[in-house]
Amino acid sequence: MTDTLTPVLTANWGDDRSWSLAAYEARGGYGALRKALTELQPDDVITMVKDSGLRGRGGAGFPTGMKWSFIPQDLPKPKYLVVNADESEPGTCKDIPLMMASPHTLVEGVILSAYAIRANHAFIYVRGEVLHVIRRLQNAVREAYAAGHLGKDVHGSGYDLDLVIHAGAGAYICGEETALLDSLEGRRGQPRLRPPFPAVAGLYASPTVINNVESIASVPAIVANGAEWFSAMGTEKSKGHVIYSLSGHVKRPGQYEAPLGITLRELLDLGGGIREGHELKFWTPGGSSTPLLTAEHLDMPLDYESVGAAGSMLGTRALQIFDETTCVVRAVLRWTEFYKHESCGKCTPCREGTWWLVQNLAKMEAGTIAPEDGEKMLALLLDQCDNILGRSFCALGDGATSPITSSIQYFREEYLAHLTNRGCPFDPVASTLFAAEGASV
Amino acid sequence: MTASEASQGPMSSAITDATLAELAEIAARYPEARSGLLPMLHLVQSAQGRITPEGIQACADLLGITAAEVSGVATFYTMYKRRPVGDFHVGVCTNTLCAVMGGDLIFERLKQHLDVGNDEVAERRPGDQATVSLEHVECNAACDYAPVVMVNWEFMDNQTPTSATDLVDDLRAGVEVSSTRGPRLCTWREAERVLAGFDDGRADDGPAAGAASLAGLEIARENDWSAPRADGEEAAR
Repeated sequence: MTDTLTPVLTANWGDDRSWSLAAYEARGGYGALRKALTELQPDDVITMVKDSGLRGRGGAGFPTGMKWSFIPQDLPKPKYLVVNADESEPGTCKDIPLMMASPHTLVEGVILSAYAIRANHAFIYVRGEVLHVIRRLQNAVREAYAAGHLGKDVHGSGYDLDLVIHAGAGAYICGEETALLDSLEGRRGQPRLRPPFPAVAGLYASPTVINNVESIASVPAIVANGAEWFSAMGTEKSKGHVIYSLSGHVKRPGQYEAPLGITLRELLDLGGGIREGHELKFWTPGGSSTPLLTAEHLDMPLDYESVGAAGSMLGTRALQIFDETTCVVRAVLRWTEFYKHESCGKCTPCREGTWWLVQNLAKMEAGTIAPEDGEKMLALLLDQCDNILGRSFCALGDGATSPITSSIQYFREEYLAHLTNRGCPFDPVASTLFAAEGASV
Repeated sequence: MTASEASQGPMSSAITDATLAELAEIAARYPEARSGLLPMLHLVQSAQGRITPEGIQACADLLGITAAEVSGVATFYTMYKRRPVGDFHVGVCTNTLCAVMGGDLIFERLKQHLDVGNDEVAERRPGDQATVSLEHVECNAACDYAPVVMVNWEFMDNQTPTSATDLVDDLRAGVEVSSTRGPRLCTWREAERVLAGFDDGRADDGPAAGAASLAGLEIARENDWSAPRADGEEAAR
């Protein structure tokens, strides 16, 4: 029986100077790299990661080893590894603390992954708004070069690898992998038409693997401990350890690393539950782009299949918890304003549609529509969502519709109450953490 | 440079040879030079206090592309500023979770306190040692520390309206302030230099992790929980 929590990626975060090479190596860090360079061929590493069942931790859940095996090794072009460290999905806050506390876990993962796909250049594309995380990454790369883990002829293996830390400049869309590639090529971050897929024509039109931070950071332990060790954790189709991020109206928000398949009820029990005197109203399983869920989903295993079956997505395990003091219409309007702001403008359904959604949601929240027109407005909102979902160039447009359609599904009456009440029936101060401070502005 | 010197530095003068050399150094990090454009624009902001026409032209000349192409990139990303910001650029997260937990009230309080609107610089008062600008920002990946305020892209976790007004008062008065999960705050222009890839020697400052980051790890320790052992060997790393 696997333990309830299984710290692997988070295990060293409490160590003294855990970000340093010395602290990382004191725990056996870079042992997996030495093992790979002396005992394993690149294809062996791909096979290990395939056999482990590791699936992408950035939201989509695509099998990581399979992604690597799509890289055509017979093309004469160089191959690239790009780490997506543009963590910006509302609610998602796992990669940033990982890179802050243990950047070497990611760097070792990069070296192993690049070795597997036979890339001699790798990049970590990190969002620009996290200065100290960028310092820690830059420092880890310097240390790794000095120790011979990076550079020419890594540990006498004949394998060369250069790694560049690349800071973005504030654009949520760059978390979309093809927009990230355009941004990394020094352009506006706008998604590309697929096919061709990045595995064939990615960075500089060359074969490229793009993986999330947590996916790549999971590789060293898989190589060190074996595929079976990893796949012994989790459920049949969702294997391994994963970081769950609890935030919002909970007693103990934070990062909880557990086997895939733990339930929100279990996580809340560990964290002391919802804040005192309140109860769960709605939550996101994996960021704002994953449809909202409610208390009826507390016992659903948080794995890819179960959350999908409930009509949502596991996403990034960004569990944003809202209690009954929160107005769902206000919450959804704010997320919609975010998507409107972050829409890159490339395709019409998303560029125009997100503006229309904001206009109509704002009217709804302000209660400026006649109560008898409420059902008509909800139908219009759903129709607009239907014209965006599946018709946008990338997943940003799809994600923008998720909070709207799911909140109307579960909280239709609350929308209509804004109209009969001629405005929001909630006190915004009641939902704050400092209501006791006398939070008037 | 001190905060005061930073705010009074050159705003749109010529790019120096030293900066040109550093811009070329950034481009040389990449297999194709244009990949350096984003960090190059960060360096322009560090050197010039904002994205200037001179900075755009310098990047264009170095990369062999047009100034319009560089402008097209510079206007796409929100971290690039065409107007100067303060020595300390304060970003209040008002995405849903932080907003609900108090970010909206913090932002309103700061707007009143500083007498500014969104993306504006507060007036420098007599005796102020540094300037402060205010902006509302989107989710900054610190939701377990909500409500979150960023100063020059360093985390100021678990804020309240009172702590936030104290924070900006201290910054204006020249009081030394440290990030709740990082080093002493540097100026915006110094921060932009780090984003361009130039080390400032502060990576070892601050803690490894904040309390929320360690929540699950502490509960696992209390219960003696861990990942399975591999083949009976030592516990997984």
